[in-house]
Amino acid sequence: MSAPETHMSEVLITKAEARRLSFYYGDFRALKSISMPVHERKVTALIGPSGCGKSTFLRCFNRMHDLYPGNRYDGEIVLQPDNTNLLAPGVDPIEVRMRIGMVFQKPNPFPKTIFENVAYGLRVRGESSRRRIEEKVEQALQDAALWDEVKDRLQQPAYNLSGGQQQRLCIARALATDPELLLFDEPTSALDPIATASIEELMHDLKERVTILIVTHNMQQAARVSDFTAYMYLGDLIEFGVTDELFIKPKMKQTEDYITGRFG
Amino acid sequence: MKPIKDLIRRRKRWDAIFAICGLAALMVGVLTFTALFVDMAIDGVGRLSWDFFTNFPSRRPGQAGILSAWVGSTLVMLTTAFFAVPLGVAAGIYLEEYAPKNWVTDVIEINITNLAGVPSIVYGLLALGLFVYQFGLGQSILSAGLTLALLILPVVIVATREAIRSIPQAIREGSYALGATQWQTVRYHILPYSSAGILTGIIIGMARAIGETAPIITIGALTFIAFLPPAPVTSEPPFLSFEWLMSPFSVMPIQMFNWTSRPEAAFQANAAAAGFVLVLMTLAMNGLAIWLRYRLRRNIKW
Repeated sequence: MSAPETHMSEVLITKAEARRLSFYYGDFRALKSISMPVHERKVTALIGPSGCGKSTFLRCFNRMHDLYPGNRYDGEIVLQPDNTNLLAPGVDPIEVRMRIGMVFQKPNPFPKTIFENVAYGLRVRGESSRRRIEEKVEQALQDAALWDEVKDRLQQPAYNLSGGQQQRLCIARALATDPELLLFDEPTSALDPIATASIEELMHDLKERVTILIVTHNMQQAARVSDFTAYMYLGDLIEFGVTDELFIKPKMKQTEDYITGRFG
Repeated sequence: MKPIKDLIRRRKRWDAIFAICGLAALMVGVLTFTALFVDMAIDGVGRLSWDFFTNFPSRRPGQAGILSAWVGSTLVMLTTAFFAVPLGVAAGIYLEEYAPKNWVTDVIEINITNLAGVPSIVYGLLALGLFVYQFGLGQSILSAGLTLALLILPVVIVATREAIRSIPQAIREGSYALGATQWQTVRYHILPYSSAGILTGIIIGMARAIGETAPIITIGALTFIAFLPPAPVTSEPPFLSFEWLMSPFSVMPIQMFNWTSRPEAAFQANAAAAGFVLVLMTLAMNGLAIWLRYRLRRNIKW
């Protein structure tokens, strides 16, 4: 694995880092000793064919696997600046999820009003001041580029929104609680090209303030939105590097075969 | 092209034959109920009057009414709901959201489903031994309410679980991903989104309970009663009285049963009228269930 820092003029700060991370569904080893960094205020994309473990890897970062029995982590994911191992037995998954937000493959707004969807994360944290909640909701909707479209109908059900708007609402919902790291699990696979473009544009704006880790099945998307890319295959991390380099001059034959469409 | 057309025509004939068989099967049920209901309505509707609802039972069929029976049924239903709803809903939520998925949970689940099929007289005998004698609650509204609560508990639990299971996993994951605890997820999502299904289950259970006769007779409800339980609201502080819980009582099906066993034909008309009222009460409860489901589901889509 190369040291991408040498090619960049700016200094890279590590926000999170997987260290020899393995993951097991029962006896099946879905991730095989993965080590890679996630750089602060950058977009890192995970690509690879179906079943390569990219979503499994993503869901380790907010301990989603803890919701289901029979799952086991081995290794570490260290979150900076406090050097906390997210997978340590003493770390509560709820604490992890309060610091790391997630946006899912299919937009999953709650069957509540637009306002309540965004306010939910604040309510979960015990915020009770009506004024503060309203401020945060407006800010989050603006950050998700949705405010102008919904400001006059905050009390309407979220399900009246289009698919792309619903996904931006889910992004606003995650942003409302100021996450340090935002996970995207194929966020545009259920959307049309125009909605996809608006989400990609949004991601570009968001990385000024939040670190993004995105799983995508779409290589063009990875090339468009990400600064760093990791190629995974069958639970192994094959190659990690600066996106432009990985797509133009991959170091591994396997990566080259995949991105040139010879396989996958 | 001819053979294909023949083939299609022959297959469509099977379509028609099945449609007719299905319709006939449906009509057996619908027509039987309609015939019974109309027959009962014809016999009883002449007896329906204001007095019928405000009079106590009497030796004279023309003066006899269902006051003690409908008041008794109403109070027993309130007691039943008071116990069955929180117990059933909590048990359903626990099994669906909290219980570890192992063989102990499986055994409990299978047994709950089986309990729904236990004959009601068995619940009556259990209640007679446990509530009436062991706990010393006597032949009271409280005993009857507890018995019927026990009887419909499996219905409420199963309905709660079905309603919870229909909530997509994506909603739960969305909630947990924001750092919610299990209870916050239940409180803000699971309960509100499943309330329509849960309410429907509760009302269907209650509609079953209101018609139950055997377990109520077993615990010793009176067949002839000419007084009402003490009023729940009093004129002196604390203004609320729960004495009615320990009062003897009768219920609608028992009143009917009592009248049908009389030799005089005039009492049969009373029984038919009481039956008519009871069916209307049940239909009203089911209607309420349908309306509530419609109202509560209007804003919930996924």
